[in-house]
Amino acid sequence: MALNLHGKAEKHVTLLGALILVTISIGGIVEIVPLHTIESTIEPVDGVRPYTPLELAGRNIYIREGCYNCHSQMIRPFRDEVERYGHYSLAAESMYDHPFQWGSKRTGPDLARVGGKYSNEWHVAHMVDPRSVVPESIMPAYPFMLDRQIETEGFGDHLRALSIVGVPYTDEMIDAAEADMAAQADPNADTRDLLARYPRAAVGDLDGNPDELTEMDAMIAYLQILGRMVDFADYTTEELLQ
Amino acid sequence: MPTKVEKDALTGRETTGHEWDGIKELNNPLPKWWVYVFYATIAFSLVYFVLYPSIPWINGYFPGILGDNQRLTLERQMQEGFEAQAGLRTAINQATLEEIVADPQLLAFAVAGGRAAFADNCVPCHGLGGAGQAGGYPVLADDAWIWGGTLAAISETLHVGIRWEEEPLTRWAEMPAYGELGILTPEQISDVAHYVLTLSGADGADAQAAARGAETYEWECAACHGAAGEGIQDLGAPALSDAIWLYGGGHAAIAAQIANPQHGVMPAWGGRLDDDTIKMLTVYVHALGGGQ
Repeated sequence: MALNLHGKAEKHVTLLGALILVTISIGGIVEIVPLHTIESTIEPVDGVRPYTPLELAGRNIYIREGCYNCHSQMIRPFRDEVERYGHYSLAAESMYDHPFQWGSKRTGPDLARVGGKYSNEWHVAHMVDPRSVVPESIMPAYPFMLDRQIETEGFGDHLRALSIVGVPYTDEMIDAAEADMAAQADPNADTRDLLARYPRAAVGDLDGNPDELTEMDAMIAYLQILGRMVDFADYTTEELLQ
Repeated sequence: MPTKVEKDALTGRETTGHEWDGIKELNNPLPKWWVYVFYATIAFSLVYFVLYPSIPWINGYFPGILGDNQRLTLERQMQEGFEAQAGLRTAINQATLEEIVADPQLLAFAVAGGRAAFADNCVPCHGLGGAGQAGGYPVLADDAWIWGGTLAAISETLHVGIRWEEEPLTRWAEMPAYGELGILTPEQISDVAHYVLTLSGADGADAQAAARGAETYEWECAACHGAAGEGIQDLGAPALSDAIWLYGGGHAAIAAQIANPQHGVMPAWGGRLDDDTIKMLTVYVHALGGGQ
């Protein structure tokens, strides 16, 4: 009997296709649906916010240059990692990342909490010539980032696109995107509105060149916010259990 | 459909009984050991499912009868690591910096712990062993200190950083951009740079220009850097009378620094590192050679 049914499925391609679909759907539903419905997947922490437009531009450069090939952004809950890099990464910390940059290979160090670890000047020196500050480094140099200017025009659309997939950019943020982008790296700009929208953003003359908005500005803005949105002094391990 | 199992004449093996258009399929079963290992993994997975977090449901998951959780495990391991250090961590926590330095055992422990933390956090700027780097990253192994080399001063610098804008109590000193702001003319800046060279007895100073620069120095520079260029640590004004230069020591480099000064930035480590680690770092940096 069972063998007869099997024979039937093998001989009717439509039936076979439908049965394959049902089988795969069961696997998918069991594995994927709970991620959206289990309330503890994303830890209830305060402070995680969408990226500023300039940070987002820096993130795009990070992806363009393939930084993820050598740098992870995922501190695993192991003692050696926590002692070296700081508090383990939370799911909540990358909930607005599309796509996330957890990575799976560390040729260089993990960058999940690199924000605030070095000065902006150090980052510029390190990007221009990594060996100048870390003699044993094998990281490629990215001096061209100082020369390449960033276009702010139309960047609001980028935010709008992300808002469609669930990043909570408000209309105010989208409307102010171009102005925010320019203001973040301008030492003379009034950044109060920017910081009200995006707390803890690194502002000022990030790349040592106050007159131009360069890829280096964007890169440093991005690096300096990594891992800094959540204040872990406010939480106990029990509150962070998934 | 399997029709009939038979022996294949050519190979002597059994067929599976499948036949398509006269082509028959040989039956080559997997090795027995492989099959049993496969069954064993299935049995193992069932045990694992019961012991550890495994099966999700709509708004929760089965936590496993062991109640294991990686984040709790980590917390326990951190605690075990702390306890394994034989109470020395507790002693570090309770002792003052002076008491740590006075106790050989605590000093050795703090220097070792400080060295590890230094390698993770400080070496990218200050270099291995506090050797410093060109471009404004001071040597920590000598006895020239910008903000002070006592235990208390090093600890304070570590906690609040230097020109770290987010930290309200950060150490802050800002030299005016004498050239950019038009306070001094390029000639005056050149003269002062010559005078500054004479303060440390460096070569290359033009005596006449230095004589002209002396007065400007007294007016513009002495208040922070001291009348003889000895520096004032409370103000974060580096000494100019030694041969140590953050941004280069030639006439051109000094003149450039007067015209449009570079200012180094150090992150505030308070909050990022715990207080015990900062204590050990303080003791380590103090022990590098120049502690006061």
